Amino acid sequence: MNDIIIKSITRLIIPFIQLYGVYIILHGHVSPGGGFAGGAMIGTSLVLYTLVFGIDKSKQKFSHRVSEYAESGGILLYVSLGLIGIVITGSFLTNIEAGFPIGNPGSVLSGGMIPLLMVGIGIKVASTFITLFHTLIEEEVV
Amino acid sequence: MRKRLYLLLFVGLFLVLSYNIMQMPGKSTVDAPAYNDTTEHYLNESIEETGAINVVGAILADYRAFDTLGETIVLFTSIVAVASILKVADQKKKEDDHE
Repeated sequence: MNDIIIKSITRLIIPFIQLYGVYIILHGHVSPGGGFAGGAMIGTSLVLYTLVFGIDKSKQKFSHRVSEYAESGGILLYVSLGLIGIVITGSFLTNIEAGFPIGNPGSVLSGGMIPLLMVGIGIKVASTFITLFHTLIEEEVV
Repeated sequence: MRKRLYLLLFVGLFLVLSYNIMQMPGKSTVDAPAYNDTTEHYLNESIEETGAINVVGAILADYRAFDTLGETIVLFTSIVAVASILKVADQKKKEDDHE
């Protein structure tokens, strides 16, 4: 898409979309939202970038290698947080009993491992969005 | 004859099902099957037990965290499935170079 208006507006709003996505992810335990919703927002902003600036330029920002690490990293973060529970209490994905600080309910730093799990889910959902989109628009059926 | 039999059967089935739906408790009454001890426990204890004031978030990432792990695995599987059907562009370029 070679249109100066769309390019300028996109360049202007993408940081705000991504900032809002990060806000939704980090406040998943305080306000409605969470990893799935916030990750979808970040993924959609990357899809918008691909639509406006083209697949080649988007590949420089978010290559296959980065998406591989994001895909595996999100789920590894989730599982490793669960394994901490196994080591300490003997059951998988234990929150407060496993020694995660409960914090002050209502503040961002509360809820034990819930925000960390939300970050893992957010990374996973965002990278799933953009990887599926890139794979589908640039490749052909074998 | 056959058509009438079918019609009678379906009307009977409709009446039985309608009667059963009428007997069901409403969504927002105290006798609703979904409103049981679990609901009460989540609403009363979730702040002390998890420290999260968003009950939905507490259920999603604490009480039902294993379920959410399954959901992320579904996403992972979808990527694997799409990547196995569609060729990766870099791979295709390499194969073209070989030819």
